[in-house]
Amino acid sequence: MSSASTDFAIPDAAAPAFHLAPRETEPGRWAVRVEGRLSFDAGRALWQALLAVVPTPPPTALTFDLSGVEAVDGGSMALLVQTRWSLQATGVECAFAGATGTTARLLSLYGGDVSPAAEVAVAAPGFLAGVGARTLERLDEVRLLLDFVGRMVRALGGVLRHPGTANVRAIAPLLARTGADALPIVVLVTFLIGFVMGFQSAVQLEQFGADIYVADLVGLSITRELGPLMTAIIVSGRSGAAFAAELGTMSVSEEIDALRTLGIGPLRFLVFPRVLALVVALPLLTLFGDLMGLFGGLVVGVVNLDLSITAYLTQSLRALDVWDVFQGLIKAVVFGLSIGLIACAQGLATTGGAEGVGRRTTTAVVTSLFALILIDAAFTVTFHMAGL
Amino acid sequence: MSAPLVTVTELSLGWGETVLLEDASFEIERGEIFAVLGASGCGKSTLLRALTGLDPPRHGRVEIAGTGAPTLSVGRPSYGVMFQAGALFGSMTVGENVALALETWTDLPAAAIAAIVRARLRLVGLEGCAHLAPSALSGGMRKRAAIARALALEPPLIFLDEPSSGLDPVSAFELDLLIRTLSEGLGLTVVLVTHELPSIFAIVQRCVFLDRASRSILARGDPRVLRDTCPLPAVHHFFNRTSPGSSP
Ligand SMILES: Nc1ncnc2c1ncn2[C@@H]1O[C@H](COP(=O)(O)OP(=O)(O)OP(=O)(O)O)[C@@H](O)[C@H]1O
Ligand SMILES: [Mg+2]
Repeated sequence: MSSASTDFAIPDAAAPAFHLAPRETEPGRWAVRVEGRLSFDAGRALWQALLAVVPTPPPTALTFDLSGVEAVDGGSMALLVQTRWSLQATGVECAFAGATGTTARLLSLYGGDVSPAAEVAVAAPGFLAGVGARTLERLDEVRLLLDFVGRMVRALGGVLRHPGTANVRAIAPLLARTGADALPIVVLVTFLIGFVMGFQSAVQLEQFGADIYVADLVGLSITRELGPLMTAIIVSGRSGAAFAAELGTMSVSEEIDALRTLGIGPLRFLVFPRVLALVVALPLLTLFGDLMGLFGGLVVGVVNLDLSITAYLTQSLRALDVWDVFQGLIKAVVFGLSIGLIACAQGLATTGGAEGVGRRTTTAVVTSLFALILIDAAFTVTFHMAGL
Repeated sequence: MSAPLVTVTELSLGWGETVLLEDASFEIERGEIFAVLGASGCGKSTLLRALTGLDPPRHGRVEIAGTGAPTLSVGRPSYGVMFQAGALFGSMTVGENVALALETWTDLPAAAIAAIVRARLRLVGLEGCAHLAPSALSGGMRKRAAIARALALEPPLIFLDEPSSGLDPVSAFELDLLIRTLSEGLGLTVVLVTHELPSIFAIVQRCVFLDRASRSILARGDPRVLRDTCPLPAVHHFFNRTSPGSSP
């Protein structure tokens, strides 16, 4: 195909030869003759030339004479047209003249003979308005969660009345995903936590010859606080994020809507099995975490403090009672519930495409971490006040 | 003539600040193939969301005979919906997508459900695709799978958002044929959004033509009659595939 037969000839990039020749025809009225080949590859030079060619002070009228243009492409035409629009916006009468053939066709294609459509100005909010808007957003999050919990309670009633609507089949795979798959990382992290705690406290306790109390310290802090908390933090990073992203993607691709049109409630079908899986998996993981934390302390006791395994274990058993482990498990249940609810609420509230999914996932993890710490503090204070 | 199946009264629609439609009223008769037409972005899918109860309208009422306002509560749905982009459940196979409503809302044994799923997929030309993940389907196949899912429970009313766009001409023709057969043979009422002129003239009995600029129903009636007689430029250009001031 010869280049002559193409509608819009692409100028040779190697020859970005154009020239702008301004001339004052009458006082205040200018004509700019555009000559040569305008190529988008030389767009930067063209743009600067167009900016420079406008005389100061601004003229009353300016005409671009395109009769000397040998070739032009879409990008350069866009720059020419934008120059005219900008000049018009500042009150300069600006027009094109002398365009023929391809140049004329491109000119009208790019709107060189009309006024631009009004751009919608999106005003950036002021500082105070921004602070206000952010605050309202936060309050909105709280409202979203409360509303969600309310609807979830209703859905739970529905599940109890019609167990068939609850998607019970999904629970086992979800348990595997949230529980079994998380086991290695939970085991590793809690072991290290127990180990580090044992190590740090050993340094202090050794000074008082109270080495054996490492077992008490590690045992109590792991079972009551750190076991459940660390496990929950891991699970919220793994499963909380996964749930929010999953449901968020389903929301933005209208899968949730499609579910509703099939008469299936997303809360029963999607949220219920996920929350239930976490409520079951988290205490189980916590039990493993507790054991591994104690083991970490034991390693320190045996290796660093030369305690015998029996002595360490006996001391641990003396320090711990069932309630210590049990209160950690109670926490774990509530942690699981809150991670699941927060993640699913965020997921289902997602709008706005891939970015929205990312934002909601972030919010889900941050909110649930915050909630975990808050709940943990509340439990600790309550148990303490109740003298347990 | 019996009472209309869907009655829309003084409906207003929009997103955020934008108003797309104001005070629109129309009716959809039982057993007819009814189309919502208009330029891209004029609010056809939005109207469908209001008709199916996915978004409550800003003002006005939608009523489906025997059901009242569409609410989408948990329960066996009285109509099927096919979304513009398919909205197949990505975590299930195509077959499971179609089977889901059957498993939830019928007491059929698994083998019977499998038979129905196979039949529905055959109807839309996807026989043998039941085991595939939606991500393994082409765009047109996804649409057809979504239609099969919407038809799963054999609803008397079905909403289709651009069922034939993106299909090759032969599949599009076969889909038209399917829609007409279901409508004539089973009395299915079909509400569809489409831009496919051949399909509009071939199967649509009545339509409303939405216009974003005037936020109203610009024209209504038999599309063939509108094509030949409607003097409004927007409607004329739509039906004759032309644009103001240009001829290809
Ligand atoms: N989720 C949304 N949030 C905000 N605005 C939306 C949303 N969905 C659609 N809109 C706006 O509503 C208008 C109508 O959209 P709609 O999807 O109903 O158009 P349509 O007529 O179906 O177009 P098409 O033929 O391209 O599918 C569009 O201008 C769009 O910007
Ligand atoms: Mg649409």
